[in-house]
Amino acid sequence: MRAAGQMSAATATRPRRIEAAPFRQLLVRKGLPYALIAPALLVILGVLGYPLAMLVWLSTQHYGLRELFQHQGRFAGLSNYATILADPQFRYALEVTAIFTLVNVALSMIIATFIALLMERVSSFVRVLLGAGLVFVWATPVIPSIDLWQWMFDYEFGVVNWLLTRIGAGNYIHHNWFENPLQGFTVITVVVVWGAIPFLALMLHAGLTQVPRELVEAAQIDGARGWQVFQNVTFPTLKPLLLILLSLSTIWDFQVFNQVWVMLDQRPSQDYFVMSVFSFQESFRVSQYGLGSTAAVIMVAILAIASFFYVRQTVRSIEEFGR
Amino acid sequence: MRKRLVRSSYDAVGLLVLAVIMFPIYWMVTTALKPGREILSLTPYWVPAPITFDNFKTAMQVPFFWNDVVNSLIIVLTVVVISVVLAFLAAVAVARFGFRGRSAFVVMVIAVQMVPLNALVIPIYLLLDSVGQVDSLLGVIAYYMAVVLPFMIWTLRGFVHNIPVDLEEAAMVDGASRVGAFMRIVFPLVAPGLVATAIFGFIQAWNEYIIAYVLLSSSSKQTLTIWLASFTTQHGTDWGGLMAGATLTALPVVVFFLLVQRQVTGGLTAGAVKG
Repeated sequence: MRAAGQMSAATATRPRRIEAAPFRQLLVRKGLPYALIAPALLVILGVLGYPLAMLVWLSTQHYGLRELFQHQGRFAGLSNYATILADPQFRYALEVTAIFTLVNVALSMIIATFIALLMERVSSFVRVLLGAGLVFVWATPVIPSIDLWQWMFDYEFGVVNWLLTRIGAGNYIHHNWFENPLQGFTVITVVVVWGAIPFLALMLHAGLTQVPRELVEAAQIDGARGWQVFQNVTFPTLKPLLLILLSLSTIWDFQVFNQVWVMLDQRPSQDYFVMSVFSFQESFRVSQYGLGSTAAVIMVAILAIASFFYVRQTVRSIEEFGR
Repeated sequence: MRKRLVRSSYDAVGLLVLAVIMFPIYWMVTTALKPGREILSLTPYWVPAPITFDNFKTAMQVPFFWNDVVNSLIIVLTVVVISVVLAFLAAVAVARFGFRGRSAFVVMVIAVQMVPLNALVIPIYLLLDSVGQVDSLLGVIAYYMAVVLPFMIWTLRGFVHNIPVDLEEAAMVDGASRVGAFMRIVFPLVAPGLVATAIFGFIQAWNEYIIAYVLLSSSSKQTLTIWLASFTTQHGTDWGGLMAGATLTALPVVVFFLLVQRQVTGGLTAGAVKG
């Protein structure tokens, strides 16, 4: 209101410009939006688009140390793909990543849904506390959070080993969690799920509050019980949100890197080679940039499928609710 | 009576969940405040008995700490200032103008956030290597800009979109030019959104790991997330120092995050359920 008042005062002293040529006006009007998006578009295309194209191109190149010094790869056709698909280590990486993603997405979604439903049922005091706690965990940056879990699972002085021994789950004194990859991945899963839960739970809780009360009550009057209400009323309302969260979690968990890399002090053994670590190792440790790129391209291609669902769902909801 | 019992058992479960998810953070902060013998103890000390700041002092004396604080700040501030401006311009175009290719641009902005950086880091490294820009802050800054821009455009689009066009039109009826109306009406209203978006960009850039890890090889040029690895040597890990360092690294992010969380999170699911 105040701004509008200042506005008319300011313009009163200035004559209006109405003599601009119609053609120029048209040009300005048509061109303006493009001029506005141009700088951002240039940065995104130049800094993300170009490397993405180069990644695909690199996957068709033989690019080792010698090529690195010459800044010039040697064309190798699709032979990198043949090499990598025949590599048992790569197949292992693909399998482990798929299983890891499945387990982590399922666990995070289930626990987050549980917390979101719980938040609906607790007293408002506990709800506020729980919400604040979730935001706190959410805010904790990923690298410090990996470090703190590393400390909690330390083989010698880790609090987890002490706790497990104490509650009688077995003898965990001086237990090294990373000797056995299955146990190691369990720890990594704990870190990933712990980090993912706040975002998912808060989003789901926000979504739950949007479920129309009248619908729930109508269903209850018609005789629906707890689970039936969830299945027939809550779930259909939440479905768009669930789809988005599911695809986002898949995208995040499938490309997991930091949790593995930092947790294992930047020297993971081959047992821990998920897709992203495999690609990183091939490129920056073995200096086979062509092969590393090939693995990365395969990873991006798989991710593109999950992204497709995410983007489609997001665009749909803009069309429905945005402008 | 029974209803109250059910409610309070839900409350009990809620508090238990809260305790479990908060414990790691509690453990990080208290470890950082404990003297060494309480950290390296087979039976854990739940509360630091004499609170000590020695671990923080050690952490700050680790070589390159202040250096890396400065690097992180230079990178993050440059990224934020430039990308907020670029993102704002693009957001205005998307929220206020109908133009050919707008939908394509919106789809690209959403989709590009899904591209994994740990795949792109290979060509990024080779590209910068061929122009001699590896191990320079400039390369990192350019990449962080591209990383934060899509999210910023997306969030700001929402803020601009929520300002009624009528306000602008009223100003134009009063005789303001389009740019004038924009600067005097839209800009002040969108300012909180700009601040929130800037802070979120700050957090993203501050937390980034892999690009900085690959590109910044000399210790004088690293950022804080990379610096945290320096507590782990062949002789083992200085847990007290590491927890202090982790707390220090996390602190600005947590503070900022708590400030803007409400305003920005809508952009994360892009209004999947109307909100």
